[in-house]
Order: sequence, then C-alpha cells, then structure tokens
Amino acid sequence: MGDSGKPLFQELGLLESEYDRVVKLMGREPTDPELVMFSLMWSEHCSYKHSKPLLKGFPTTGKRVVMGPGENAGAVDVGDGLAIVFKVESHNHPSAVEPFEGAATGVGGIVRDIIAVGAKPIALLDSLRFGPLSSQRSRFLFRRAVEGIGHYGNCIGIPNVGGEVQFDDRYEDSCLVNAMCVGIVPQDRILSCAAKGIGNRLVLIGNRTGRDGIGGASVLASAELGDDDADKRPSVQVGDPFTERKLIDCCMAMSEAGLLVALQDLGAAGLTSAASEMASRGGVGLAIDLDRVPLREQGLAPGEVLVSESQERMLAIVEPGTVQAVKDMAERFELDATDIGEVTGTGELEALWRGEEVVRIPSLYLTDDVPFYDVPQDAAPANQPIDIHTVPEATDLAAAWLSLMSDPNVASKRWIFQQYDQLVGAGTVRRPGGDAGVVLIPGTNRAIAVTLDCAEWHCELDPRAGGQASVLEAARNVACTGALPIASTDCLNFANPEKGSTGWRLAEAIGGMAEALTAIDAPIVSGNVSLYNESPRGPIFPTPVVGIVGLLEDASKSVGAAFGRHGDQILLVGYGEPRLDASRQLGRCEGLPPAPDLAKEQALITLLVTAAEKGLMESAHDVSEGGFAVALAESCINGDIGADVTIPKGRRADEAMFGEGGGRVIISCHPDNVAAIQGLATGGITATVIGEVGGDDVLVTIGGSTTQVPRSQLREVWEGAIPQALEA
Amino acid sequence: MSATRVAVLRFPGTLDHESAAKAVQAVGGDPVFTHHMDTELPDGATAVVIPGGFSYGDHLRPGALASRTPILGAVKRHAADGGRVLGICNGFQILCESGLLPGVLRPNASLQFICRQADLEVADPGTPWTGGRLAGEVMSVPFKHHDGAWFGDPGESRVVLRYKGENPNGSIDKIAGITNLAGNVMGLMPHPEEACDPLLGSVDGRALFAALLA
Repeated sequence: MGDSGKPLFQELGLLESEYDRVVKLMGREPTDPELVMFSLMWSEHCSYKHSKPLLKGFPTTGKRVVMGPGENAGAVDVGDGLAIVFKVESHNHPSAVEPFEGAATGVGGIVRDIIAVGAKPIALLDSLRFGPLSSQRSRFLFRRAVEGIGHYGNCIGIPNVGGEVQFDDRYEDSCLVNAMCVGIVPQDRILSCAAKGIGNRLVLIGNRTGRDGIGGASVLASAELGDDDADKRPSVQVGDPFTERKLIDCCMAMSEAGLLVALQDLGAAGLTSAASEMASRGGVGLAIDLDRVPLREQGLAPGEVLVSESQERMLAIVEPGTVQAVKDMAERFELDATDIGEVTGTGELEALWRGEEVVRIPSLYLTDDVPFYDVPQDAAPANQPIDIHTVPEATDLAAAWLSLMSDPNVASKRWIFQQYDQLVGAGTVRRPGGDAGVVLIPGTNRAIAVTLDCAEWHCELDPRAGGQASVLEAARNVACTGALPIASTDCLNFANPEKGSTGWRLAEAIGGMAEALTAIDAPIVSGNVSLYNESPRGPIFPTPVVGIVGLLEDASKSVGAAFGRHGDQILLVGYGEPRLDASRQLGRCEGLPPAPDLAKEQALITLLVTAAEKGLMESAHDVSEGGFAVALAESCINGDIGADVTIPKGRRADEAMFGEGGGRVIISCHPDNVAAIQGLATGGITATVIGEVGGDDVLVTIGGSTTQVPRSQLREVWEGAIPQALEA
Repeated sequence: MSATRVAVLRFPGTLDHESAAKAVQAVGGDPVFTHHMDTELPDGATAVVIPGGFSYGDHLRPGALASRTPILGAVKRHAADGGRVLGICNGFQILCESGLLPGVLRPNASLQFICRQADLEVADPGTPWTGGRLAGEVMSVPFKHHDGAWFGDPGESRVVLRYKGENPNGSIDKIAGITNLAGNVMGLMPHPEEACDPLLGSVDGRALFAALLA
C-alpha cells in the first residue's frame, strides 16, 4: 500500500488492468522498485501507449534518411558523408509548474538526445504557447519560460535560430514549451543507443543522482493538471547548464576518440528508461549495481535511484579495456564517469542494492510489452465557412492594420529572441525574426534552414486540413530562404486522448500531416508526443508542432524576408484566395479555413528553391498570421524601406488585406528578374507583379482606394506590442 | 615563414573558442587551443585570445574563477612583456577580474541577456586594435551578454570602442571596449569573431584579430 492508503500501483498512476498485466508477464508480484519502473515505462510519456498505433501513418523513409524514428534523434544525409541530426520535444507540464526550470531542462533534454547520437549541436529552436498576456499568470509563465530557455541555451553555447509563440485562452492552464535541437555528425560516427557486447561495461557520465524529478514522466507528463500543481513541484527537474556544456564537450571528445560502443541520455524515467531502451534495442541484458551510482544526497531508495530524473547524465556502453580511458577523458572535462554495471546475455534488467537483487525484469516487458490502446474517436460535426456578411467590415483599414500589427500573436518577437544567443559558433547566416533560421554546415559551403510551425486554429476546425497546413507553413518558411525541405520532426501536443473528441483530432491531424509530408517528400525522422494538455477548464487546441529542415547547396544564396533596394519589383506568388475564417483579423477560432492544395504547395516550393538557386530574388516572405498586409509590413520594417502595391479586392477589401489561407509568398526582385520568376510559376500557381519597393511609407491600393501608413508607425506598434503587454 | 601562433584559451564552459580560432585563421594566424590548467603558453605563441562563453558557469561572478586558474599566470607574464592579449565578452570579464584591465562588468541595466548587431564607434584611433580606422568610424559587430555594463574610471584605460546611438547595457560612457594604458591588452564585450565572414553580414571584426599578428 502507498502512503495515501491506495494501492501503490494506483498511486504510481497504473490502472488495475495494467497492474494485472505486470503480474501476468512477470509470473509473480513485482518488487516495489520494479513496480515503479513499470509505472514510468508504461506511462504515456515513455511508451506512447495511446499514440503509437496512429504514428505508424507517418512517412519515415526516403533517400536521405540515415536513421529514422526510434533512436534518440533522427538523421538525414546532407552530403560529404555528413548527417544532420534533429528532434523536437515537449516539456509542457514541468513548465506549467515551474516555468524557468521546466523550460531550461526542456532545452537540456533535447540537446542530450542530439549528443547521444554522437552529433555536435549547432542550432536550437522553440515553439511556445501561453494564455493571453492580459493574464498575470500567463505573463509570469511566458517571461520565466523565455528566461529559462535563454539561461540554459546561452550557457551551453548553442545558437537559438528560430521559433514561434502564440497566446490564447486555451493555453491559460496548459502552456506548451517545445524545444528542437539540430546537430551535425559524420555519418560513420553516428552512435546508436543499442547496447552491444556481452561483458562490456556500463558507464554513467555526468551529474550525480538526486531526488529531483522523481516520477516526472508519470506524475507530470501523463496526467491532466489540476489545483494541486504546487504539490508536483518537487517532480520538476533542476538544470545545470555548465555541467551540460562539459557533457557536450566530453561526449564529443569520447566519440571522436572512438571510446564509445553506444550512448544514451537519461531523460524521462532516468536510469530505468535509458537502461531498458539500450538493452531492448541491443537484444541484451544489463546488470546495474545501484550502490555504485554516485549520489547527491543520502537516503535514496533503490527505486528512486532507478527513476530519478536528475539532469545532465549520460549512459555509455564501453569495452572493458577502454573504461580507464573514458574516466581519464571525463576527468579532463571535470566530470564524473562511473562504472555501474555490465552488459549480460540474459535480456534482463538486473539491479543490485546493498548486495541484494531488487530488480530482475526482461527489458522487453518494459519497452515493448506496453499495453497499447486504440484511442476512441468521435468525429466533430464538420464546420462551415463563415458567412462574411455576419462579420463587421473594417472600414478604416489603416487603423485595422495598426491594430493587427500590435496583436501579440502577430507582433515582433524580438523581446523573446534578443534574450537568446543567436550567433555562437559563427554559423548563423539568417537570424530569428525571418521565415526560418539558416545555419552553416560546418566545414562546407552548404547551409540548413530550419523552422517550427503549427496552425492550431485550423487543426481545431478541420484537423486533417490543419495538420496539412502545419506542415506546409513550415515547408514554405524553409523554402522562402531558398532551402529545399528534406526531412521533418514533430511534437504532437494534444489534450486527453481517452476522450473521443481529442482522439479523433489526433488521428485526423496525423493523417493530414502524413499526406502533406508525403507530398513534399519530407519524411519524419524523429518526434515526440505530449498528451493530457488539459485542465478542468478545458483542452488545449490540437497543436501538432512541425519542425522542418531544408538544405541550401550554397549558403551564399540564402534569401531573407527584408526588402532591399529602391525600385525592386514586388510579386505575389502562389495560390488561394484570402479568407477571414479563423484569421487573426477575425480574432476567433471560427469558420472553415480553405484546405491546402498539396500539388500547388509543392509547385510553390519548387519555384522558391529554383529562384533562390538562380539568384533571382532579393527577398521572400510567407503570408501567414495577419494576412498579406502584415507580411508586406514585415518585409518593409525589416528592410527599412517602404512599398507601394495594388492587390485585387476579392470579396471585400479587409479580407484582401488581412485574410489568411492558401499558399502565398511576397517576393521582391530586381526588375530584370521578373520575367524569369514568372516563368517558374507552373503547376497552377501564379506570380503577379503587384508593385515596387521604395519610399518611407507602406501603401496598399485595393479597388482604387489607397491605404497609406508610415513605416515608422507600423514598426512602433509592431515592435512595442509584446514589451508593452508585459509591462501591464 | 610559418604563421604566427596565437594561444586560444579554453576553460570549462568556454563557448567561442572554435569561432575565435576560425577568426585567427581568417587573418592568417595559427590558433592553438590552450588548456586552463597549463602553466605556460604554447611554445612559440606570440599572442593570446581569451574567447567568450560562460567559464565555470559564471559561478561566483562572470570570469572570477577563470581568472584564478594557472594559465592566467602565464597570460600575466606575457602581458607584462608587452605581448598582445584580446579578451572577448567573458574574456573581457576575465581580464578585468584578473586585474589586467581596470574596472568591472556589471549586469546590463535591463537585467536581461541581450543579443543583437551593434554599431561601434572608434573612440581612440591610436591603438593597433581598430585597423587604422579614424576616430568616429563605425564597425558593425554583434554583442550578446548579460553582464556587459563596464564600470570603472575611464582615465585608467584607453577607451577604444563605444556603442553608437542608444546605450544597450548601461555601460559608463557607452564603453564597449578598452585597452590598458600600454595598449597591448584589449577587452571588449561585442564579438568580433562573429563578424569575420561576409556570410554572417560583416567582416569588421577582422581588425581585432589582425592586431594579434602585427
């Protein structure tokens, strides 16, 4: 029995049927440490027991895929024998409880996933969701989460090159903090987490083990948040970025010296998860002597040592003759490296404590014999497009424009990214604030472009089309820099999947994402699922965050979002009619945004990549939140120059200015290049000259009527919005 | 003739050593990484770079622990002999903590880490560190720090670079970089190693590395 009088399995978050399954598999009652291990490994966070059956729908193979899902992170071929390694991961629930440490350790965790593959981290990104900034609690969570990401990321020396944030009531109780890390590794040095070689030693590298983060995966990450969140605070891990930096340097040096057989980070469920995954993937057993694990404090129970989520630890498989070299290397980086056990042929995870066996579990029971569930799926009734006659028309377009520019969801995110080191490593070609971050591939003249995106309102109203839109927005952003999208990662942030309304949205969104990823040939190579983002006040929007990596064959040909020269021509390129449905201008998640056209999206990507390759474009910027007028203003503000354009009215002038949807990109180019760009518009997309760059003001003419706003005024409200909201 | 050897110091938590080494190479020098527990500079090294980062995790005070490591003894002897030393960001903090440069670096007035491109104005054109630029000429170099507000008596140093326009961090007299009175030890908060490649938007930072080889 647990302290509360409830059976221990229940206190640990297991269902009675799951406990029965444990007893049946084991053929006996589990020991307390064993039960703790099952409860964590079978938690949603570690096992994906509700989502794994659906994830099989994702495309995961392709000619560039070197390593797909299932390892610590995925890897894709970028030429010259090099691979780019990347993954996005959530740290939502810890951040809702303690935003600074929750967000900081989210960064730490995803970075260790990258170094576990033997890769050197070269970029970070983050995708954030909070309640509106009018709420004091949301301002606190937002401010502290950004500080936590900055503190950790700056201190470990990985440039933060992009990200996104949205504020909405639906995230008031369940904020989202997703972090992505990208690394680089020679393909012949990619490390697997599979334990190999009976008799090889198990070496724990890095921090000492304490009581922090006990049960984090089950208590925090796999249940809805409620009013007792403060009680969960001891479950939040505490980060030490200085040790993480030493760990990065040390693991890189060990990997370069060929000292490691396999490497795995200790994340959710700590030693238990690391050891069982290494054993299961390698088809071997692991015997751990818990008394050898260096502890930060006395009095830990064996179960606590096995599941502690103390940060900045890695588990390595090392040949017996190399153990001393590993210890010497760790000492040079002022880190502990401790031999805590060995690889066995039993297929079992064994743990000794005070000389007695306290754990003996076939590792596959923990990793593969998970009770998987098919989620219930209750389709929501189809939404209808909004009747535009019911939407009051914005007649003062200048006022509406300025008001939209000062919506924190649209406004400049400089307040966030100027707190991040965007540059360290001398490889950042395109910094945050554009469509995608662009980072040099060290030792080559190529670069990668990378972004994180999600269209959660679209996902709520039409999850299949919204899943597609999330992928395509990310792909367009990457393509706007001139990079060809080559692979992707995803973090599926959803509410409680045991409810049919969420289960259906999860299944539909995955289906839509898979369709779009297949169409643009950007297979998923890694990912993460965060469920139960729900409070008594309701669920979050379905938020499938998509990270896409694109490749630029020539870094010097990357394109930015800023207008450059007076007299450059401005083209609107792409397809689709703007709609006010679920737009920032409407301000509500209502209606039915137009579904994307996959073939035209691919044609648009091809145009952008080809035009960049040929050096035809001065700038390219995706039309997204806030519609055409906001994208135009951003290109002007970032370029410190005005523009004068004329666009078609469509159904209504305010819809033409601020409507969203379709795949539309604002390109600027030298007048001599207009014809060449138009010549690339095939496959149902158009490239129309709409005006030219120049002057101090931004002018948009629709139906013979011109809206003119000084660039300085647009800049002032756009840059001031978030700092001002935080001062409130 | 072989290239000039430049010691690039590396402490636990140093982050910019690779970029600094790349910058040294870009101006024709030969960078040699130098471990913090070493008691001598590498053979033949005629100049020293102390790169940026978070040495010892900024524990105690930025630069405080690194300034007390064995390699700093060698750097002090080198500086006393007139050898050139360039400290960037955390390297500047280490130079101030070690007494090789006057003053201290306090937290930014905003109490936030700030990362952005800056225009730096040459204040004293008479040092070797700004490539012969005239007083008032501008160099575009980014900065990124939490503790970059230099505080001290400007009269104890030579002010080489100031932030042009708005003061980004509350530094006295908008000071971005100083040398000792002799002019051979230079410290600055902005990151010239991030301004040595046209792909990164500026090559103005090369002047500071070129001065190491002169």
